[in-house]
Amino acid sequence: MIKVSGLTKDYGARRALDKLSFDAQQGEIVGFLGPNGAGKTTTMRILTGYMPPTDGTAIVAGYDVVEESIEVRKRVGYLPETVPLYTDMAVFDYLKFMGELRHIPNVDDRVDEVLEMVGLLERADGYIGNLSKGMRQRVGLAQALLHRPEVLILDEPTIGLDPGQVVEVRELIREIGKERTVLLSTHILNEAQNICDRVLIINKGKIITEDTTENLQARLIGGERVMLRVRGESDELAATLKQIKGVQSVEIQEEGAVEFSFASGKDMRPEVAKQVIKAGYDLLELRPVGMSLEEIFLELTGADNKK
Amino acid sequence: MRNIWTIAKREYDNYFNSTLAYVVAFAVLFMLGIYFALIMYVTSQQAFMGGGGAAPESTPLNWLFVFLMIFLSPALTMRLISDEARMGTLELMLTAPIRDFELVAGKWLGSLLFVLSLALLTLVYPLILNNYVTPGIDWMVVLSSYIGLVLVCSALLALGTGISAIFSNQFVAFFATLGLFFFLWFMVSLPAGYLQEGGNVLNYLSISTHFSQSMNTGTIGLGDIVYYLSLTALGLFAGTSAVEIRRWR
Repeated sequence: MIKVSGLTKDYGARRALDKLSFDAQQGEIVGFLGPNGAGKTTTMRILTGYMPPTDGTAIVAGYDVVEESIEVRKRVGYLPETVPLYTDMAVFDYLKFMGELRHIPNVDDRVDEVLEMVGLLERADGYIGNLSKGMRQRVGLAQALLHRPEVLILDEPTIGLDPGQVVEVRELIREIGKERTVLLSTHILNEAQNICDRVLIINKGKIITEDTTENLQARLIGGERVMLRVRGESDELAATLKQIKGVQSVEIQEEGAVEFSFASGKDMRPEVAKQVIKAGYDLLELRPVGMSLEEIFLELTGADNKK
Repeated sequence: MRNIWTIAKREYDNYFNSTLAYVVAFAVLFMLGIYFALIMYVTSQQAFMGGGGAAPESTPLNWLFVFLMIFLSPALTMRLISDEARMGTLELMLTAPIRDFELVAGKWLGSLLFVLSLALLTLVYPLILNNYVTPGIDWMVVLSSYIGLVLVCSALLALGTGISAIFSNQFVAFFATLGLFFFLWFMVSLPAGYLQEGGNVLNYLSISTHFSQSMNTGTIGLGDIVYYLSLTALGLFAGTSAVEIRRWR
C-alpha cells in the first residue's frame, strides 16, 4: 500500500530525509518513531502529496505521489501534526465542507457517522474554536476518516488527549488498521509498542531499524532480564548474584533492587530465588522486565543513556 | 469546477461571519446612499429653479462603487490564502484532492460573489431613478456599466487573491494589494500626458480608463473586456504559482 524508495528531501542546505526506504502492507499499522526533527512529518507530507521530494519515489495506494498526486490524495486520510482546522466553522459544517471536496455521496449521513465514531455527535453544531484540544484532535481524526481512505496517515494522533481519550483513539486506530494501512508517527514509545504491528525507528532522516515490536526487544536484549527486590542492601545482593553461574550484567536499580539478565532459554529464576533466600534475604519481588522501546530507542539513536 | 464551487461557497458564507466584510458592505452602501441622495437633491433643486439640467444617471454611482473597491477590495482578499498559510489550514487544502488552481479560483470566486451581492443591492438606485426620469433611463447604459463593474471587480479580486497567496501575513498582503491598485488606478497613466507618443499604451494599462471612459458610458470595446479578463487570469495564475512555490519550501 505504501512503497517508499530512496526518498530524499532537502530544505536548502539541510537534508531532512536521506534515502529513506520502507513499505507498509494493507491491514498493517506501522509506527514511525523518532525524536523531533527526525523527518517524520516531512515523510508524511511527501506521502500525502503536500510537498514533492527532492529525490526518490513514493507509491501510495498504487499511485505515484508526484505524478498522480490527486489520485493519491483521494485515497489518503491525513491528520497533520498541528491539527489545522477552520476555527470559525461549526464541526458539522467543517466536515461537510471537507466531504464535499472529496465528492462523498450522502455527505450529511457520513459526517454523522464519523462524528459518532469519534464521539463528537453532541458537539456537531458547536464552533471548532470553542472545542478543547482533545476534541479538535478528534475532529481532525474524523476528517481523516471521512472518505474511508485506503491509507491513513496520522502525525502524532494522540498528542494532547487525556488518558481516557488516548485509549479510545488507540482502540479506533487498531480497529481501522485491521483493513486499511495506517502509518502513524509518535515519540511516545509505549504507544508504538501498544498499537503498531511494526515500528520504524528514524533519526536524522534515516531509518535506523525496522522490525516488529517483539522482535526489536528480543534482538536488542539477546536474553531475558529480571528484576529482583529484597529487603536489604543492594551492594551485597549484587555481589551475591554475581557469584551465581549464568547470571549476567547485574545492575543496581535502587536500595534493595537489582536487575540482571541471563541467556534466553535458560531460566535462572528458580536458582536465583534459592540462592537469595539461602543468603538470608527476604525475597520481595522477582519479575521479568522487557527492555522498553525507550531503551531500545536510546541505544539505537546513540543518545545518552538515561541511567 | 465542482471543487471551485465548493470552495467559493464556503468562502462566501465565511464573509457573513466576518466583521470586516460587514464593515466593507456598510462603507460601500453608506457612501453610495449618500451620493445617490445628493444626486437626487441637486437635480430636484435645479428642476425647482427652472434650470433644465441633464437628467440624472445612475452610472456615477457605479463609478463610485468601483472607486471604493480600489480601497476596500484588498480588505476582502487579504486573508483569503495568507491566513490559511498562517493557520496551517493550507496543509488541509493542499492534501485534499483538489488542484492548486481550483483552490485559488474558488477563493477568488467566493470574494467576487460577495461583491456581486453588494452590486445587486445597488440595482435599487437605477430602479428608483427610472421612476423620476421621463421617459425612463437608458437601460443599455446601465447594463454596460454593470458589465464593466463586474469585470473591474473580477480583475481586482483576482489580483488581490494572487497577492494573498504570496504572503503569509494578511496585512502585508493588504498593503501590497492596495499599492498595486493605486498604481494601476492613478499612476500608470500619469506620464501619458507628458509623452509625445506611446501614451496610449499607458492609458490602456490603467484600470480606470477602461471603466470610466468606455464601459461606464455605454460603449463596450473588445479591448476593455480583454484587458480585465487578462488581469483576472494574471491574478489567478500568480496565485496558483505562489501556492505551488509554497509546496517546495
